[in-house]
Amino acid sequence: MAKDYIYEVARIRVKEGSLLTRAQLKQLIALPDIRSALAQLADWGWGNPDEPLEAERMLAAESAKTWELIDELLRDDDSLSLLKLTRDYQNIKAAIKQIYTNTKLPPERLYVSGGRIAAEEIRRAIREQDYEIFPEAMAAAAREAAELLAETGDGQLCDAVLDKAALTELIREGKEAKDPALQEYAALTAAQANVMIALRAAAGGKNREEILNMLAPDGELNIHTLAQAAMEGREAVADYLRFTQYSSLSDSLMESMVSFERSCEDLLLSRMREQKSEVFTIGPLVAYVVVRQNEIKSVRMLLTEKQNHLPESVMRERLREMYV
Amino acid sequence: MSQGLFSADMGQVWALIGAALATFLAGSGSAIGVGMGGRAAAGVLTEKPELFAKVLILQLLPGTQGIYGLLVAFVTLGKIGVLGGTAPTLQQGLLYFAACLPIGVAGLISAIHQGKASAASISLLAKRPDSFGRAMLLPAMVETYAILALLVSILTVSSL
Repeated sequence: MAKDYIYEVARIRVKEGSLLTRAQLKQLIALPDIRSALAQLADWGWGNPDEPLEAERMLAAESAKTWELIDELLRDDDSLSLLKLTRDYQNIKAAIKQIYTNTKLPPERLYVSGGRIAAEEIRRAIREQDYEIFPEAMAAAAREAAELLAETGDGQLCDAVLDKAALTELIREGKEAKDPALQEYAALTAAQANVMIALRAAAGGKNREEILNMLAPDGELNIHTLAQAAMEGREAVADYLRFTQYSSLSDSLMESMVSFERSCEDLLLSRMREQKSEVFTIGPLVAYVVVRQNEIKSVRMLLTEKQNHLPESVMRERLREMYV
Repeated sequence: MSQGLFSADMGQVWALIGAALATFLAGSGSAIGVGMGGRAAAGVLTEKPELFAKVLILQLLPGTQGIYGLLVAFVTLGKIGVLGGTAPTLQQGLLYFAACLPIGVAGLISAIHQGKASAASISLLAKRPDSFGRAMLLPAMVETYAILALLVSILTVSSL
């Protein structure tokens, strides 16, 4: 008999009640400055009451709350570890850059919580070149990225190695995942990242072979066709998408990269909405984590826009779909 | 063995097996269903203890099948010479056995599915505490089929 998640889903349903609605985001947009937006968020229970009102701290606290809840609910069950994968790579990236370029930024600005390996442990491993604490593929990528950065000082090369490794693992683990929501998340995240990497690389003057080398194989998109299309331009990639399962993203890519990114998030959200009627599977937990990540991202974007005094109309235009 | 089971003095045994099945199957279904509801209720109460009374009602909905099974078993036991009445013949015993099956089987299946519906309704209540009426109605619909089975079993047992 397959394991069910009745208790966990019921708790998540209560938590979903405190997710931000589109109306609440509009309310934030209408506030005059970032201070008042942060105060409003604090009123809604965001951040830690003991900490000063600071955007990054508040967002990091919200992310940590999500993972603490999930870890508490699942305890030894590692069914959602796929969602933590990219966070480990993000922390490896931060640790390599911090150690090899002597960045002075405080750790909370560099590292994210909710990975499979504690950020502190990752930093120690990179500093001491103790790659054995990582799984095989992660260790190889971390070693290669660190050596590349030490030799060339090129942060982009370092990022490319780690991004490819992260996406390759994400695709593999997504295919092995039993839950459809996890499969969807992995496939769409990898496809979106591959498209963006290909287009950015092409815009940066990379040739077809170089682009191909940066893309993660075995995903839903054919990387050979994608690399070739990227060389020909954004429209060619949009044309290619039209013949894949992500045809609905084609028009937005024609429009702009920002629009494409938003459409990808909206598509993922619409797939996650299918979990609203699930009661027994882990799907609603997957959806909650994805939705919380998107929510935090939306608030981060909004706060940044507020800090840069962007007009209300622009912020409204960039507003994402929300889960509730 | 089969000859033994169908010998003339085995009527009471067959009737007793029927009563046992009515209690055991319907009771097991209720236990599973109430258990499901209980886990969902615990999840909601961890975050919203003020919903205790509402989720308790939803949790208990699948418990009725067990009571129906018990009722049919009591009526049967009262007629077959255990709590009252006289020991039935083989034919009567087999009839009692058959009469107990509807509430046993339908009770088991309906209680499990009602438990699932209750767990889903508890999740609905978690998000919309003001939807108690609708949340209660959905799993209550499953009850219809347990009641139909109860009617068939109880009418048959009573008429024997």
